[in-house]
Amino acid sequence: MPELSMAWQQFRRALVIASKDIRIYYFKGPVVTFGVLFPIFLFLSFAIGRHLTIDFMIPGLLGMILFFTATAISPVVMPWEAQARTLERLMSCPIKPQTIVMGDIIASFAFGAAISVVPIIIGLVLGITISNPMIFVSAIILATVCFAALGITFSIPPSNLPATINMIASVVRFPVVFISGIFIPLNELPVWGQWIAYISPLTYFTDIARDSIQGQGYLSPIIDFAALIGFTVVFLVVAMYMHRKTMPARI
Amino acid sequence: MPGAILVDSEAIAVRNITKRYGTLNAVNNISFAVRQGEFFGFLGPNGAGKTTTVRMLTGIIEADDGVALIKGSRAGSLKAKQMAGVVPETANAYIDFSGWDNLMLMAELYGVASGKAKERSQALLESLGLIERKDSLVKTYSKGMRQRLILGMALVSDPEVLFLDEPTSGLDVQSARLIKDLLRSLNAAGKTIFLTTHDMDEANQLCDRVAIINKGQIVAIDAPEKLRTATRGRNSVEVSFRSGVNSESLAKLAGVKELEKVGDKYRLYTDNPSELVATLVDYSRAAGLKIVTLNMLAPSLEDAFVALTDKEARHA
Repeated sequence: MPELSMAWQQFRRALVIASKDIRIYYFKGPVVTFGVLFPIFLFLSFAIGRHLTIDFMIPGLLGMILFFTATAISPVVMPWEAQARTLERLMSCPIKPQTIVMGDIIASFAFGAAISVVPIIIGLVLGITISNPMIFVSAIILATVCFAALGITFSIPPSNLPATINMIASVVRFPVVFISGIFIPLNELPVWGQWIAYISPLTYFTDIARDSIQGQGYLSPIIDFAALIGFTVVFLVVAMYMHRKTMPARI
Repeated sequence: MPGAILVDSEAIAVRNITKRYGTLNAVNNISFAVRQGEFFGFLGPNGAGKTTTVRMLTGIIEADDGVALIKGSRAGSLKAKQMAGVVPETANAYIDFSGWDNLMLMAELYGVASGKAKERSQALLESLGLIERKDSLVKTYSKGMRQRLILGMALVSDPEVLFLDEPTSGLDVQSARLIKDLLRSLNAAGKTIFLTTHDMDEANQLCDRVAIINKGQIVAIDAPEKLRTATRGRNSVEVSFRSGVNSESLAKLAGVKELEKVGDKYRLYTDNPSELVATLVDYSRAAGLKIVTLNMLAPSLEDAFVALTDKEARHA
């Protein structure tokens, strides 16, 4: 099975890339600020002064933190590497362009998943209960992969200016947060609002989180999972295919 | 595109590769072969297509046409990349990693077993003069140290074929010399080396054969000495005096076709160097000048290069 052993070898090398990413890029000060503190403050500015229950707040906070952390660094790794002139060296190694993309996604996933522990612990301390931990954890894992893959698609245009890529990312990230049932739950949205919400992958994660913590989601968890899987597959395929095309233009 | 016939003794076989950027043919239908164990130089002025060619051979970009094989595997395939060590033109190591960690990263990406990787890295850092700084972050390395490390990173997988794109460009003398010595001993140990450079001396000192590329096309390919001797004319005599000399009177000496001041020396171009040497000795005696050095110069590789690339320029 040469294909299988090749795939395994490339996966292991993707892990090497991911561990390099984490050591170099994920321990920078601004990363933690933008990825963690920023969504917390954004959420607090919304929640303070309104009488919201912890059960309502935690799923939203979790969704936001997960979304922001998993998409915080992944878009700029590629331009950073190109600027630092390390990308060409990487591309001459016996790894596929998809392996580099996969490595960046894995790093982003690990970071997002690790940080998601923060709001969960806050929630547990404040007294939330999680009705079905299996479903809850699976949803976190799936959603983090989905958002990490989305983050990588932002850097498809072969610009090596992190600011340009961050601008593209922000144009997508901010609207997504507002249309995903975080601040206003799905059942309180008008029908047209719901239709907009359905184009955001974050909607489905927030819905599962509400189901697990508040005990009531708006959609069936099966639909939520199916939608998340669908988005993930699309983002992965687009990211891998398009980066392969645009990567040589970066050097 | 099959049809490319690989001869066993060829480490690199290039058949009619072309790379276009818009309407520009950066590399235009070039073919050549590098033998197993050969030290091959790839010379050309800036923008001639050297880097584009190396990038196609190392799988960083794809050729639009043609085929290149590295030890029988298509350039850019995982198999070809696995056999190659690469020092890209403007590459850098990870500056937030130590030299040691950079080597380990490369070893892991090439799938080198950990024990072997450590052993090799230790030996490489020693021969590259970096062993004492192996745990310092690359940020704190000088340019020469970084370039030596990058060469180490290309060697940690013990590649059969080594591609180097201007590896000594802009380096201090010591680093450049260390790199050249190392390349020589690698080649002596049987490695095939593909070196691009615009430094004629370097090519002359190191390469078994050189190809000269200009405007995306190969204009000559041969041993440096053969290219040199095939270049017509332009013999000269180089002379320096202890004290100042009137350059006009030098230019008027019999047989001098052209005079050029090169640093503290004068280069006198002539068709008959041995006669000019005698003339110069007589002249200095008569003028009461003391000669410090006196050399006859045959056309250099640089002359050959200029002649070949100029001719091309005129044709274009």
